[in-house]
Amino acid sequence: MTEAPTTRQVVVPAMGLVVLVGVSGSGKSTFARTHFKPTEVISSDFCRGLVSDDENDQSATPDAFDVLHYIVGTRLRRGLLTVVDATNVQQSARAALVALARSHDVLVDAIVLDVPEPVAIARNKQRPDRDFGDHVVARQHRDLKRSLRRLTKEGFRRVHVLPGTDQAEAVEIVRERPWNDRREVHGPFDVVGDVHGCASELRTLLTTLGWQLTYDGDTAVGASHPEGRQAVFVGDLVDRGPDTPGVLRLVMGMVAAGTALCVSGNHEAKLVRALRGSKVTVSHGLAESLAQLEAGPEDLRTQALEFMDGLISHYVLDDGRLVVAHAGLKEAYHGRSSGRVRSFALYGDTTGETDDYGLPVRYPWAQDYRGKAMVVYGHTPVPKAEWVNNTICLDTGVVFGGELTALRYPEREIVSVPAEQEWYEPVRPLAPAAGDREASVLRIGDVAGTRWLETTHAGKVKIPEENAAAALEVMSRFAVDPRWLVYLPPTMSPVATSKVDGFLEHPAQAFDEYAGWGVTRVVCEEKHMGSRAVAVIARDADAAERRFGIGDGTTGVVYTRTGRPFFADTTDLIDRLRETAAPLFDSLDTDWLALDCELLPWSVKALDLIQAQYASVGAAARHVLPEARSVLERAAARGLDVGGRLERVERRLVNAEAFRDAYAAYVHPTDGLDGVTLAPFQVLAAEGRALALTESHEWHLAELAKLQGDLVTPTRHRFVDLSSAAERDAATDWWLELTAAGGEGMVVKPAHLTTGRVQPGIKVRGREYLRIIYGPDYTDSLDVLRERHLGKKRQLAQREHGLGLEALTAFVDRAPLWKVHQAVFAVLALESEPVDPRL
Amino acid sequence: MLLTVTTTHQPATDLGYLLHKHPDRVQEFTQSFGTVTVLYPEATVQRCTVALLLDVDPVRLARSRGRNAPDFSLAQYVNDRSYAASSLLSVAMADVFSTARSGRCDSRQELADSAIPLEIEVPVLPCRGGPAIAHRLFEPLGWTVEAEPVALDDAFPEWGDSRYVRLRLSGVVRLADALNQLHVLLPVLDESKHYWQGPDEVDKLLRSGEGWLTTHPDADLITRRYLGRRGALTRVALARLAELGDEVEEAVEPAEDEEALQPAEKRVPLNAQRHDAVHRVLLELGARSVIDLGCGPGQFLARLVQTPSFTRVAGSDVSTRSLQHASRRLHLDRMSERQAERVQLFQGALTYEDDRYAGFDAAVLMEVVEHVDASRLAALEHVVFGAARPGAVVVTTPNAEYNVLYDDLVGMRHPDHRFEWTRAELAEWSEHVGSTYGYAVELHGVGDVDDTWGSPTQMAVFTRAEGSDD
Repeated sequence: MTEAPTTRQVVVPAMGLVVLVGVSGSGKSTFARTHFKPTEVISSDFCRGLVSDDENDQSATPDAFDVLHYIVGTRLRRGLLTVVDATNVQQSARAALVALARSHDVLVDAIVLDVPEPVAIARNKQRPDRDFGDHVVARQHRDLKRSLRRLTKEGFRRVHVLPGTDQAEAVEIVRERPWNDRREVHGPFDVVGDVHGCASELRTLLTTLGWQLTYDGDTAVGASHPEGRQAVFVGDLVDRGPDTPGVLRLVMGMVAAGTALCVSGNHEAKLVRALRGSKVTVSHGLAESLAQLEAGPEDLRTQALEFMDGLISHYVLDDGRLVVAHAGLKEAYHGRSSGRVRSFALYGDTTGETDDYGLPVRYPWAQDYRGKAMVVYGHTPVPKAEWVNNTICLDTGVVFGGELTALRYPEREIVSVPAEQEWYEPVRPLAPAAGDREASVLRIGDVAGTRWLETTHAGKVKIPEENAAAALEVMSRFAVDPRWLVYLPPTMSPVATSKVDGFLEHPAQAFDEYAGWGVTRVVCEEKHMGSRAVAVIARDADAAERRFGIGDGTTGVVYTRTGRPFFADTTDLIDRLRETAAPLFDSLDTDWLALDCELLPWSVKALDLIQAQYASVGAAARHVLPEARSVLERAAARGLDVGGRLERVERRLVNAEAFRDAYAAYVHPTDGLDGVTLAPFQVLAAEGRALALTESHEWHLAELAKLQGDLVTPTRHRFVDLSSAAERDAATDWWLELTAAGGEGMVVKPAHLTTGRVQPGIKVRGREYLRIIYGPDYTDSLDVLRERHLGKKRQLAQREHGLGLEALTAFVDRAPLWKVHQAVFAVLALESEPVDPRL
Repeated sequence: MLLTVTTTHQPATDLGYLLHKHPDRVQEFTQSFGTVTVLYPEATVQRCTVALLLDVDPVRLARSRGRNAPDFSLAQYVNDRSYAASSLLSVAMADVFSTARSGRCDSRQELADSAIPLEIEVPVLPCRGGPAIAHRLFEPLGWTVEAEPVALDDAFPEWGDSRYVRLRLSGVVRLADALNQLHVLLPVLDESKHYWQGPDEVDKLLRSGEGWLTTHPDADLITRRYLGRRGALTRVALARLAELGDEVEEAVEPAEDEEALQPAEKRVPLNAQRHDAVHRVLLELGARSVIDLGCGPGQFLARLVQTPSFTRVAGSDVSTRSLQHASRRLHLDRMSERQAERVQLFQGALTYEDDRYAGFDAAVLMEVVEHVDASRLAALEHVVFGAARPGAVVVTTPNAEYNVLYDDLVGMRHPDHRFEWTRAELAEWSEHVGSTYGYAVELHGVGDVDDTWGSPTQMAVFTRAEGSDD
């Protein structure tokens, strides 16, 4: 125990660039190794080795620095602290790195290792690979000396000069997060839009939100929320309105007490300059602020100046899920620090032009926004706060006689109070931020190419590029408007193969499988043989426009598994379905419904297929087999030994007849909608509720039982307690009956909600139905056919199910269209995976 | 799967010698796709019939094609190959009767060289083109042909006939010729797409056709059909999606030819006129960079590439198959680096905003808008006129009024057209798009002009208004 070591703290940006500066032999690599992770340090020697196999090959230096800049740039883009280990004694080398940091909007520090020249020369002598002469170090040292004087003016945030030889041990590196990084603050928040001096409305809004104000005399000087909520102000507290000092006192009190955060608006920035005496154009309501502050006490002016000057341009909150900036912020700028980030946050993505009213034209960045974080902002007055791609503008023009608006986060609830009067005349009329149609535009990058999608229920799902390409073609050529397309049904796996004599599929395996997955009760639903149909219906044209953004008067769609409309015009069907589903609209208190159904009969949609594929095979079989029988009979009559051939032909003829009956059972004459029915079996979603996710099949079937009328074919079903052999047997008998009468079979699903990777449903198809899947004679080859592999089908079923739920949840949560579409599109893409089509 | 050959040449049982198969035996031969049985249901001196029964095992056939067989569809498992006289029967027969087909018969060579009375019956023959084509192909060879259509399903008479006929041929023909003719013509009549071909297929055809094919009036048709649609690309993924939608595969084939329902003598010149008209407009506009949106298999794109004044040419289509065609047409893989730099080809959909569409002097939408649902047009307008904002956009689309001049045209010109506009409708749409997005519009006709109905194709040329932006 001797003297306490004198450790010098070196504060570097946690997300940014650190440039080491020092002559060869100054100990940069040792320093970097001591204080940073190996992956954080990119050295020029290392890059020289990468491109030339020789770390000292000076002729490779230009290429080595290309690689170094590329690696450093990539790391900075990804938000990683990066240390450059190169001599950097020349200004041009440092300038390139400073520019690189700027282009990624991160801070850059320099750490100078200033060791005496003889020390460096001595160190180099100990390294056999460094055979350059002493003059090199001497030259570098001269460069360094010259640099030291002007280093601070080269764009570094801080320059840390460490003189002497023992710096490596003597310093402690402190990583400092950017000021805008407040991800540890989780709220809940009340984000308040542009106040513009409307102190009275602000007090009313806060009171409405449940805040309790504290007063100093008549002046509100603070507020707290009994539930511990925090306020976040999007800036533009000042100017134009009647009481800028009142607003400032209240917000400053809240910020000081830690109950509020506030970002700077462009008006604060200008007011700061004005108060400091800079020459500014006094316009856009600045005069009012200046006059009001002039009339008030001197200390308020001082405090306000200090407060506004200290405001930063944006905050990243709640683990990065919420970003607040006055004029919004594109994703690449979240958490970054640079002049242009600040300028974006304060003024928006300006094009430099001005409009007819002399106001700056802004690029609608929100329409391109695809980020994960919710971005809340103000700045541009809009008549109503509306979501655009997970971003929302809260400036509803209170000072112009509109409203003062707050957003409750994470509830996504909008709370507004009206202006008490028009305090300031607007330069131009309020315009909607972005029309619905534009916000709904999808981009090719949302769907094309290989993609990994994160899902809650199926983990990370990979969508290969070639599947996406196929899906793009089908989606863009045939599918309904993507705004209606909130879901696509997943594929469903058959039951594990049965060993029961004469059967390929049998209920016993389904019950065993679910019991094995820990399911205690299942529902057996009749499987209708028709065409899978998803119906999305709005209560009326208003609801369609409000909720789906469809403004052409259409009130719903009925589409196929690939998103195609069933009929050229589904209006009639939609109208009838809406009428039929009236009880659901009421009981679910919703303006819209999405139903998963089967559309019957099969021949409505599949007549071409039935004729081209099934009826043709039937016709060929039923004409040729009797001829073959006759040939064999005549040969046998001649005394030839035809072996078992005659019996085989007889059996095949019986199979052919059965095959023909199997498809014919699903053919019914229809005329327009006459004869067409829907068999709904699940209520996918309604306003605010992703019912497919939250309710059991028991609930779904009970709700759907409320639907009456000609349009509906009920889905017969029964529940089975898997521990009861009697119930299993009864259900098996029921299945045998259904299929003997020409039914396709049944779907077995868990009756209660399940967790983990349980198949959402498995199908048990009837013996005769399977003839149209496996061929007329499949019953003669069961042994071969039993070797089927369900793994891939089941994996797809699980993934598509997860993606479907993701889409529904996103739509219900009012996520941006691209997000819903990405999941729906992924289902279609996965459907193009090659799997055994008989499964 | 069944074929019988009968002769009344006496002694009829000599048929056994000619075929090298004894009339009193039942013989079985194994093929990769099933088993062939040869037996004689009748064998008297007056009349002798040989029957060839092919028992195809569809399960085995399906398995033997491997997991990544191009045709990964249900049709692979449920099909008529176990019943109909498809190309499989032809292959089996050729193999089992190979010596007879060569015309060699050591014990009865004279008979083998002679024309004898023959009756051939094929109870279920897939016959692309109906009974008429069977008559047309067999009659010139000296056969009397009976071809009776087979109903699709008696219970559904409204469905009409199936693609099968019951074929009965009678005539006096050398047996070897008869067998060779069947060997070639059965697959020619079969419309199945599953007929596979080896590189020696042409030689085989020439050998089997010796003595009769070259003089056949339909020799071209036979050759073309026998060799099949060579080089047709199969698109596994898309075919599977098509099946899900319960659509037959053809439904997803991209529209390669506009006016698809018109005979070539009308279709081809109009196509050329359209290309000329758009090409001329592009030159008049002084465009240096051009993108063909919905370029299809690249006919017009090739023309753009050949025009040196276009320094940058791009083609985009949603169909990967069309893009493959276009790429081959342009010989992209053989282009010099300098040439290739001028040309881009990529998949894109006109209802999705796409940065790659931006930055062109002119965009071409030739016979494209009518393939987009009317309800999705707004998205296309936004993507092209709102987001990509080329200096000019040239749109061509059918003039619906002109359709009355097409003989036999019912409905629209192409099965994939979602609408066809009258001249007034195009004018209205152009006006709306122009005023919304700041483009001036000029309308033209393309093709022969009819005083009442105008031209078959109409063209709208949009030019971005001055100062609107750039």
